[in-house]
Order: sequence, then structure tokens, then C-alpha cells
Amino acid sequence: MTILDSPPVTAASKIFNFPRNAWYVAAWDHEVTAKQPLARTIADRPLALWRNSDGRAVALADACWHRLAPLSKGKVLGDEIQCPYHGLRYNSAGRCTSMPAQETINPSAIVPSYPVVERHRYVWVWVGDPDLADPSCVPDMHQMDSPEWAGDGETIYAPCNYQLVLDNLMDLTHEEFVHSSSIGQDELSEAEFEVSHTDRGVTVTRWMRDIDAPPFWLKNMRDRFPGFTGKVDRWQIIHFEAPSTIRIDVGVAKAGTGAPEGDRSQGVNGFVMNTITPETARTSHYFWAFMRNYRLESQTITTQLRQGVHGVFGEDEDMLAAQQRAIDANPDHEFYSLNIDAGGMWVRRILDRMLQAEGLPAAAAAK
Amino acid sequence: MAVNTQTWWQQGRVVETSDLAEGVRRVVLAPDRPVHAVPGAHVDLRLDLSGHVRKRSYSVVRSEDGGRRLTLGVQLAPTSRGGSRHMHGLRVGDVVEMTGPVQSFPLGVGADRYVLVAGGIGVTALVAMADTLRRRGADYTLVLAGRRRAVMAYLDELVEVHGDRVRVFVDDEDVRLDVETLVGGIAGSAAPTRTEMYMCGPIRLMDAIRRAWVAHELPEPNLRFETFGSSGAWAAEDFVVHLPQLDRSVRVGKDSSMLDALEDAGVDVMWDCRKGECGICQVKVLDVSGRIDHRDVFLSQQQKETYSSLCLCVARAARGEPGKASEPAAVTLHLP
Repeated sequence: MTILDSPPVTAASKIFNFPRNAWYVAAWDHEVTAKQPLARTIADRPLALWRNSDGRAVALADACWHRLAPLSKGKVLGDEIQCPYHGLRYNSAGRCTSMPAQETINPSAIVPSYPVVERHRYVWVWVGDPDLADPSCVPDMHQMDSPEWAGDGETIYAPCNYQLVLDNLMDLTHEEFVHSSSIGQDELSEAEFEVSHTDRGVTVTRWMRDIDAPPFWLKNMRDRFPGFTGKVDRWQIIHFEAPSTIRIDVGVAKAGTGAPEGDRSQGVNGFVMNTITPETARTSHYFWAFMRNYRLESQTITTQLRQGVHGVFGEDEDMLAAQQRAIDANPDHEFYSLNIDAGGMWVRRILDRMLQAEGLPAAAAAK
Repeated sequence: MAVNTQTWWQQGRVVETSDLAEGVRRVVLAPDRPVHAVPGAHVDLRLDLSGHVRKRSYSVVRSEDGGRRLTLGVQLAPTSRGGSRHMHGLRVGDVVEMTGPVQSFPLGVGADRYVLVAGGIGVTALVAMADTLRRRGADYTLVLAGRRRAVMAYLDELVEVHGDRVRVFVDDEDVRLDVETLVGGIAGSAAPTRTEMYMCGPIRLMDAIRRAWVAHELPEPNLRFETFGSSGAWAAEDFVVHLPQLDRSVRVGKDSSMLDALEDAGVDVMWDCRKGECGICQVKVLDVSGRIDHRDVFLSQQQKETYSSLCLCVARAARGEPGKASEPAAVTLHLP
């Protein structure tokens, strides 16, 4: 419970704005190299990402101070990046170190550099006020690089506002309709769910007891318990952490073996790791992975799960793209909420407060 | 770090003035379109100086209430180009034409140590940086140098706030800033290449620091400075520009820059930054009577010593030893 200083505003904006004072994943760790800069736009800031000679990841604004040529098309030269156009060089702080055609360096020549933290197999950047960039605020995604978990993931380029992806993950009743061939089942919509929240987090918990395992989960059960048949207890515990990370604790266990009470020994458990980075108001980088805590030795299972989730999330991607198109095609229509949106609405409330603290409106500027 | 180099104009109302130190005036402006000024930012003002509109740059000492109150500190300087007299005459309620905050001197993040060096009125560019470094819990030193205590703005306040992080050097107390000791100390410290220096002050001080910085082989990009081309080796004085191509001579008043005077005389010259950084207004020097006071940071020391070219926006001619020669100094230029 929070005692309010002032009543909250309704925040079902269709094109939701994004906080700048936050860590966002810019790339998988392996995507950022000392060989070649990576161009990626994060929260409306075009960045050039690269590594210097000690392996540290660097994020600079992707525009040379001089005539704004993209540095990402240039070369990494040790601890510097060289503009592809007139050869100006910059160090990792964004400070110009060389102007080839003159004997001095203009003291104003600098490009913005952004704080970077590498954690949980991702490169995180902070595009807001650098003085507020506290590495301890990087969202917890420890399953990504814990020895007790195995798995892998991919990046989806989602042509939609990032909030639509958060909505999608905060309410999984859509699985019944969008993912009917893999993880969907009638019990999803029928089961009760519970929502709780803190200042930075929201949790949605749903248990489905004594049900048939859908195809994806039956396969996973049989990976761990060969030849398994019978009913299962299924859980989905959705953990949101601001601004846009959602870890979903998912799994099934043999029905009646005590999973709801905490004994998951007769089941299989995965964590669906999702972190969504707004690229622009209408496009997002959606980084996901599926991590499991059983059969850690099996690269086959890692590959199968990644491919399986790839298929499932492809269905989401189609839906999200279509939803964004419909939103843009119906500018006069508003969003309405169902009871299933409770988790997503708490997410919006938290984000809305972050935006207010930055003096930003909840709705992103019109295109 | 934020780098905002876009210039847009607005009006600002003077809401407060006071004296900060002998000859240093505090002017608080309330802009029409408030934008927070981050440490290192300045604003440009359009001032009407004896019938001519001139642009002058002033560091933002403090930005409060999201930029609704911007504090400037202005020294009434004999070496200035006339803007400071105008600024000292401002009264509460006066309205000035000003830009939003322009950032070309941003404070970096992530260095192991920061050394801020303020010479005289240059402190105005560093007050907000020091506050930010203190809030960050960074390792920093604030070096304040001046001729006399009475003319050093913000001295007491900075000593009180920053305590033993402040080093004070006062010429007339014979506690002088020794550049070699300062820069040598950085070179001999634990993290010489991870120390950034930010300096703002008279060009002679900054030139000396730059030479020492290079001599100690410290990384050049770690030495950061801002100059508005407003200080030189000699006080500003009247001089003459001869333009043989046009068969003309133009007189440059001490309140005016050479570039301003040539434009006022209808001479078509190219320029960009107007603060001695970019080199676009560089022209060839054919002859000098007196000395050239370069004041720019575009030409290298060696280029300046040969006197072969100068930057019109900030360079001046000076007699060198005032009082001796009765004729004004003169330069003869070849325009592109």
C-alpha cells in the first residue's frame, strides 16, 4: 500500500512515453565488439556502440561533432573511434582527440557519451541524466548468467510502442488465443490471478491445478521425466521491474506433488527473461531468453527451447505489429481496460510516476 | 553527457543584481522559455554596444528551478570588449535578448580525478561543476587563482562548501599558482591519464597550463577549457587594420572585435564560432606594426609565433608596451 500525496492520473495512453533516467539494454554482450561499431537507437538516441582496448563497452552519440556523419560507419582504432568522413577521432568519453587537417583540437569538439554497464549478458545504457546513473539499479536478470540456469535467447525488432509488449507479457490470457498450438489452453482465462506491487515492481501470479499439460510443457516434462503422462499443476508468476524488464517464472509439476506450496521437485521450471528497450515511440528492441534450471548439460534442449519460444514469440510479434497499425489507423479511439489488465495498469502507474519525476508527459509526442 | 550546441533566442528579464566582489556583478535572469543549464553551459546575450549589436557569452554560474533563474557573474574588465560595462548597468526589470543554455564545455563522467582551475572571473564556469562533483562524491580539487582576494568572486562561498578540496592562490599575498607544480603534481599522481582538468581563466594562464600539460605528456583530450576569446596578453586598445586589396583601412575600437569592425565597415568576411575556436575566420597577416594578441585557441603556439595568420573574431593588435608609442598598433591583412 502506498499513501498518496496526490491522486494518480489515469494512464492508459496508447503511445506511452518512456523514462530517460533508466537503464535499457542496448545489445547482447556479443554484439558489441572492438572490430566494428554497432549502430542502434535507444530511447530516441542514435548510438554508436563499441569496445575499447581493455574490453570496456562504450556508447557515444552516433553523430560526429563536425557535420554529424554517423560514427557507427567509422572504425574502431584501439581506444578511439574514427569518423568515416573527415577522420576526426574520439575517445570513450566522447572527447575529440584528433582533427587531421589542423594542428590543434577545437576545445568544444565533443560528442555525448552515455553511461554503460555490462551485466547479465547484456550491455545496458543510460540515456538520461548521467549523474543519476546508478549501476545498482540495473534490473535483476541474474538467471541469464547464473551457473544454476541454462538457456539462450534472441532479439525481436518489434514495430510497436514498448508498452504494448509490456501489456502482452503482464497478461498471459492471450496465450489461449495467440499461442493455441503450443502453450495456450482454456484454463488460462478461467484461472484466478493475484496482483501485487511495490514502488518499482509488479507481480502477477496465476496457478492452474490438475490440468493437462499443453504441448510445449509436455515436451519439457518428458525431457526431465522421460515417458511422463498425466495431469500437472501449472504456474505463471510474472515479475515486472521498472522500467521494462519482465521475468516470468513458469513451469509445470506433476499434479498434487506440492508445487503450489513450494515443492517444485516433481516439475520443470523455466524463466522467460524479457527486457524491452524503446527504440522510438513506435518501435522497440525486445530482448528475450528462456532459461531453465534442469538438464543444464543439454545444448540440444537449449536450442530446442530457443527455437520453440522463437515460434511462440513470432505469433506475438505479428499481433503487436497489427495492434500498432490499428492504433495508428484509429487515432480517435481510446483504450479500455479489462480486469485482466490489472498488472499492466500497475506497470503504467509506475512508469507514469517515473515520467512525472522527469517532467515528461505520459503520452509520447505525436509522430 | 549532454551536449547542447543548438542556439535559439529568447528574452530574459533581470530579476536580481548584486555585487559579488570588487568589480564583479551578479545578474540573475528569468528566461521566457526556461531550460535547465547543466554545468559548463553558457548563454549568449545580444547587447547594444554604442549603436552596434554585439554577441557576448557568459557562463551560467547557477541554474535554479529548472532554469527559471540563471545566475551570471560579470567582471567589469578593462581587457573586455565593452559587454561587461553594459552588463554592469543592468537593473531589475530590464529585458535582454539571450539564447537558451549552450553547452560546449561539458563535465565528463567516469574520470578517477577532476581538477578544476579557475583564474579570476573564470570561476563562473566552474562553480556548477564543483557542486556536481561534490554531489557525485567524486575525487576533485578546485584551484582558485586571483590577483587580490577582494576581486575573487565566490571565494568565501566555495571555501565554505568545498572545504579542503579548495586551493587558493592570491598574487598580492605572494601565494602564487605555480603551473609547473600543479601540472607536475598530476603527472606524478597515481592516475595521471585518468585525471581530467577543466580550466577557465586568462589566456596566459591557460597557455601556460597547456604547455605544461603537453610537456608532461598528459593526454591532451583530458585538458578541457573554455575561452570566449575575451582575454589576451595585453589590454584591448584601439588599432587599425589595413586592407591593401580594398585600398582601405578600418579602425577597430577597443570595445569592438576586428571581425565586428570589418563587418560594420561593409567588408564581407567569413566566420563561424566567433570565439577563436574554429579557424574559419583565419586570414593571412602581411605586416604588423606593434604586436599581435592572438587570443584564439585554433592556431598552434608555433603558428602564432610566426605571425603568419590570425583569427579575425578574437585577435587584436596592441602596441605591446602601452604609453610608449603614440600611434595605434596596426595589422595589414590579406583577405580570402
